[in-house]
Amino acid sequence: MTHWPLIAGQVFNGFSVASLYVLAALGLALSFGLMRVINMAHGEMLMLGGYLAYLTLQVVPGPLGILAAMPVAFLGAAAVGAVLETTLIKRLSARPLDTLLATWGVSLILQQAARNIFGAIGVDVRAPEWLNHAYTVPSGLLEGLTIPATRLFILAVAFAVMGALGLLLARTRIGLLVRAVNQDRGMAAAAGINVRAVDLSVFCLGTGIAGLAGVVLALLGPVTPNVGQSYVVPAFLVVVLGGLGSLKGTAIASLIVGLFSALVQILVDVSLAQVLLLLFVIGFIQFRPQGVVAVRSRALDA
Amino acid sequence: MDMSMRKETPLPGLLPGVALGRPLALSLAVVALAALAPWLVSAYELNLLARFLAMALLAMGLVLVWGQGGVLSLGQGVFFGLGGYAIAMHMKLAALADGDLPDFMVWSGLDALPWWWVPFKSPLVAILGVVLVPGALAALFSWAVFRRRVGGVYFALITQALALAFATLLISQQPSTGGFNGLTDFQTLMGVELGTPAAAHGLYWLTLALVVGVFVALRALMASRYGLLLRAIRDGENRIRFLGYDPTPFKVVAFTIGAVLAGLAGALFTLHAGVVSPALVGVVPSIEMVIWVAVGGRNSLAGAVAGTLAVNLAKDGVSSAFPDLWLYALGLVFVLVVTLLPGGLAGLVADAGATPWGKRLKSFIVGGSK
Repeated sequence: MTHWPLIAGQVFNGFSVASLYVLAALGLALSFGLMRVINMAHGEMLMLGGYLAYLTLQVVPGPLGILAAMPVAFLGAAAVGAVLETTLIKRLSARPLDTLLATWGVSLILQQAARNIFGAIGVDVRAPEWLNHAYTVPSGLLEGLTIPATRLFILAVAFAVMGALGLLLARTRIGLLVRAVNQDRGMAAAAGINVRAVDLSVFCLGTGIAGLAGVVLALLGPVTPNVGQSYVVPAFLVVVLGGLGSLKGTAIASLIVGLFSALVQILVDVSLAQVLLLLFVIGFIQFRPQGVVAVRSRALDA
Repeated sequence: MDMSMRKETPLPGLLPGVALGRPLALSLAVVALAALAPWLVSAYELNLLARFLAMALLAMGLVLVWGQGGVLSLGQGVFFGLGGYAIAMHMKLAALADGDLPDFMVWSGLDALPWWWVPFKSPLVAILGVVLVPGALAALFSWAVFRRRVGGVYFALITQALALAFATLLISQQPSTGGFNGLTDFQTLMGVELGTPAAAHGLYWLTLALVVGVFVALRALMASRYGLLLRAIRDGENRIRFLGYDPTPFKVVAFTIGAVLAGLAGALFTLHAGVVSPALVGVVPSIEMVIWVAVGGRNSLAGAVAGTLAVNLAKDGVSSAFPDLWLYALGLVFVLVVTLLPGGLAGLVADAGATPWGKRLKSFIVGGSK
């Protein structure tokens, strides 16, 4: 009976890791659905968000600094996203594999810049007092299970972002335009929608969310120049598992990846968990090559 | 064979249909010069050249996989590493008396050889392993993905996850893989003392011979009906499917050949460098391998060799003098080559060949025809 708290703890960890993956993958999945490009520098948007949180906390110390950091990181990462989209991705959008390589170059440059500005060791963002404690289950089946407040905060942020994005896509005019371009680019353009503007705003929205994820990430550990890399590869797998440009697919796929990693880590170490996750993904596409939620078939993607 | 095949426009740097006259003489001159390198350059430079030529084998494989097949692999480092570790494991075991364990295993407190090390005592198994292990893994992996028609960006992302998983696994299984330090300190290979000038020259010539052999073989493969279909799949997979072909085996074969060449490259590199470690096989080195080919020209075998030599020479020069600068330079190369120079150096040469002066030069090299 003593292993119940461990399993429940890992399930909870799975959910909190999944909420980070969903924040990291939403931007990737949305712009991939729309433009068929993968931004390899997306991980560096997480990193940027983390460093912006660090800088904001230098200016606004106090308990509410972290809340001030969130809009700063969102806008900062979105602005960098806008520059990236207009200078590079726009030119390459017809060549998805080349976009991948070019944005990888951008990612190298951003990482090295962070290393030169902030140092290779990384900076610490201290969680404010109101997040710096943990709840422990006092008795019962799950006795001893400890839930840190930061992890609950991450879950709350992920739910808030997904809720807001869901409303934006389903209820607003902007969302209508995004859905139209996502369904049929040519037809949307013919109906007078400014397809380029939709591309740009979705891309910025995605990088902004990644910046937000960076703030949350900074609460868990030091912000280093490579911090984005460790989260972005699982986020890519989320994109492979999820459907094209589907919010629901991305959420479910993040949950699958997060829970799978957390649960197999009860039995094996982190590195083997990575191998098993990869095998799981390859196994999964044997049954559902189109992803969790299929907006369109992938089979005839040209 | 049939007329339709002849109408294909020549690939840059490949020039099928050009009469083999002076170009052949030119290539022979380049190879002869390379063969004389042991007497022309210092021992250190020869070692560098040998490493880069080994990497060029992998690069030529990427021409087939990426340039011709349109399949971007961000995980070539995995196959490079498998080849390197296969030969390194054998050399570790060959240096030991019966029943002894490699030093790092003793330090980690292992008391028996892991079962998957045992076959590598035999040199034959090790040499076959260099080719068969990467080949089998690549065939199985790519077949599982391609048969469900998952390709393009998805495939690239999955191969990157493969590179990450492989490198982390090597580091974390320290007692049986040597961990972060990898395997090093080799003395002999099949009774030949490594580290003597004669062994260095012999290995260099072996590498050069393999580069020439693979160049000729891949050139023939690309000019064959298989090569034509591979390019057709790259340019319009669905059209080929509607014509009644199944694209999967074509892509699996290309990916497997690329992996086998990567394994060979890894084994030779390990012999030249005297070390194989996770730092050579992970996500970053794997994507760097793609940039060698992008710089040289993704459709040109000669370009891939030239690109590998150029990028690695630059890396050797810049990163030892200004380590910080190298990553900026590499990042910039990624961006600029892909946006401005998708044909790479080979494309640049082909463009230069189209100018009036270039045409004169070309007719001089190629021979009398206009």
